[in-house]
Amino acid sequence: MSGTLDLQDLRITLGDRRLVDLSLAIPAGGTLTIMGPSGAGKSTALAAITGTLAPAFRLSGRILLNGRDITHLPTRARSVGLMFQDPVLFPHLSVGQNLAFGLPAHVCGQTARTARIAAALASAGLDGFANRDPATLSGGQKARVALLRTLLAEPCALLLDEPFSRLDTDLRDQIRRFVFDRAAAAGIPTLLVTHDADDARAAGGPVVDPLGKPLPL
Amino acid sequence: MTDAAAPGWLRLVPPLTLALMALPVAAGLAGTALPAFRDGAAAFATLAAWPGLPRGALLSLGTGIAATLLSLTLTLLILAAFAGTPTFARIRRLIAPLLSVPHAAAALGLAFLIAPSGWIARALSPWATGWQAPPDLLILNDPWGVSLTLGLVAKELPFLLLMALAALPQIDADRRLATAATLGYGRIAGFAFTTLPALYAQLRLPVYAVLAYGMTVVDMAMILGPTLPPTLSTQIVLWMGEASLGQRDTAAAAAVLQFALVLAAIALWRLAEVAGRRLLISIAVRGHRHCALDRPAAGAARLAAAITGGSLILGLAGLALWSVAGLWQFPDALPENLSLRTWAGAAPVLSETMALTLAIAAAATLAALALSLGCLEAEARFNLTPTHRALTLLYLPLLVPQVAFLPGLQGLALAAGLDGDALAVAAAHLIFVLPYVFLSLAGPFRAWDRRIAISAATLGASPAAIFWRLRLPMLLAPVLTASAVGIAVSVGQYLPTLLIGGGRVETLTTEAVALSSGGNRRLIGAYAVLQMVLPALGFGLALLIPGQIWRNRRDMRGVA
Repeated sequence: MSGTLDLQDLRITLGDRRLVDLSLAIPAGGTLTIMGPSGAGKSTALAAITGTLAPAFRLSGRILLNGRDITHLPTRARSVGLMFQDPVLFPHLSVGQNLAFGLPAHVCGQTARTARIAAALASAGLDGFANRDPATLSGGQKARVALLRTLLAEPCALLLDEPFSRLDTDLRDQIRRFVFDRAAAAGIPTLLVTHDADDARAAGGPVVDPLGKPLPL
Repeated sequence: MTDAAAPGWLRLVPPLTLALMALPVAAGLAGTALPAFRDGAAAFATLAAWPGLPRGALLSLGTGIAATLLSLTLTLLILAAFAGTPTFARIRRLIAPLLSVPHAAAALGLAFLIAPSGWIARALSPWATGWQAPPDLLILNDPWGVSLTLGLVAKELPFLLLMALAALPQIDADRRLATAATLGYGRIAGFAFTTLPALYAQLRLPVYAVLAYGMTVVDMAMILGPTLPPTLSTQIVLWMGEASLGQRDTAAAAAVLQFALVLAAIALWRLAEVAGRRLLISIAVRGHRHCALDRPAAGAARLAAAITGGSLILGLAGLALWSVAGLWQFPDALPENLSLRTWAGAAPVLSETMALTLAIAAAATLAALALSLGCLEAEARFNLTPTHRALTLLYLPLLVPQVAFLPGLQGLALAAGLDGDALAVAAAHLIFVLPYVFLSLAGPFRAWDRRIAISAATLGASPAAIFWRLRLPMLLAPVLTASAVGIAVSVGQYLPTLLIGGGRVETLTTEAVALSSGGNRRLIGAYAVLQMVLPALGFGLALLIPGQIWRNRRDMRGVA
């Protein structure tokens, strides 16, 4: 099952409350949205996939990525890229250094690394931004840099945790298109978590609630 | 919420408090510098003629820098390896009790542990070492200052950990670490590359305080440090104790030199910070994930935490055991019998000394509490924002070495006829107690829910009523914790007590240090135990009282 994010009977409970019950597969290049109001278990599902679930939760089932069982691996070993609500750019690094932090070490040599970063910035309409202080960027620019950093790390799957909710309405469409185009181009499965039906529509793929029920849009 | 009806004097509390911090330090420095330069360069010439000078100065630099580097590295290692894990919760519970142990008690405990006739040697003898008598080894007071450095690390590690814990939430550490982890970085590398630069910016002042303290500590150096020659600061105090005026001028000259050494060390440290930051970023952008570091680093962190925590706890247990030991011959691991003879015999002196220690601590702590609360309330009522400069001023008494300005302050106290007065000693303690009380109180005070004040004001409550009837009662637990911190700091003060008290105000700490050169381990143990008991009682009450008062108020529990 190459390139697939596969949730097999993934059930998460807190006490006797069932928060997550998902059986689904997202193919390479495909997108799926988990939608629901806050507190409904969306973030819990996401935490289970990134490996940051608090010990109080009970998890059963399996999470497979490219056929590899990652259910109990530490976050760093999962090859799962994550975009938060906020871009979480590191304020002590320049924009280019933030991207270099994401770029794996197998791209070696300063020239090659600088070139890769310049190309990535140019492809996002951020030509010449490498030496900028992240604090001077607009919200939309920060979001683009954060996505570039996540994708440069060559993840096997992309998770989006309400990445558009903090953006101004007029920017949101533009960034949504940017993110989903990039995710599709990367050819990896993308999982979006949101409470906003517009996000889900833009994502394109199927939409379910945290308990696995398909939702109409 | 600016309030025109607030009393005018409240506005004066913050500048008054800062003046109370800065003026004694400035006056003391001037008072130290004046006699040093009285006879032109004569005092410095005498100082230069002291054969121990190069070594004493190097020891001050070496032990101070080594202790700071080690404590900081171990602090960061423990945070990087364990933040957010169950191990960390265990370490965290140890911080406050270890922090409340006075430096002198910690040093005495360590001395009883590692001395040739100490607990470790006894535990290993004769079956492993073959020793029937204490070996002739210079472990304590070793000429390189190794045992002094270790003693300092054991005390400064908990301090830096506490400061770092307070800073972590402010820099959004959790999400930075999570981002590094999803990018595939190991724990250690992720922490160092994404969180350390911001964390260090918050830790800088505490680190400088540790550096200044480590270079100039006297009580620990008298117990654990080298003797021939001693560290420069110890020699200063020895000279101060001599009757002749010439020696005092030499001491003043040495204090000026010591101050210059501390400034030079801080400048050097600052340069190293800049270089270290550059190096860190240049490694970060290469993209290596360094996951292989995690396992050995976690092992090292666990070992470091166990050794520092363990040596302090074992040392203190050893002190307590000695205070009730009957016959305890080398190489027995435990005394043959227990007896309360030491305690009974020394009870009158002990209780008198303890009462005086407590009275001084209470006076200094109460004054510090009043000033801190006044500052914070003024800040809230007049919408003041504390500037960076004000914060540095607050740290001033912790950054300027005691040994550099207390001699001058002693001269002023002498001139005013105040030396040897317990109240003057309490006033000197206030200079060191206030920063800690303020730092401990400021966080909870500022975090208090302002909506409560607004709803009370709409009900017609005056600002004074809001402070006395709402804010202060709700902040009972943090106020008591800050008081316990203040008492612990005051009980631990050695140099201010010795110098301002002119040797006539005897507290548990000055007595314990004075006894340390003699051989009466049982009496030393008794003094050291009391030294620990006072702060421990304070922290215990700070936990118990709010629990009792709020036992029927669920939302007030866990407010610390």
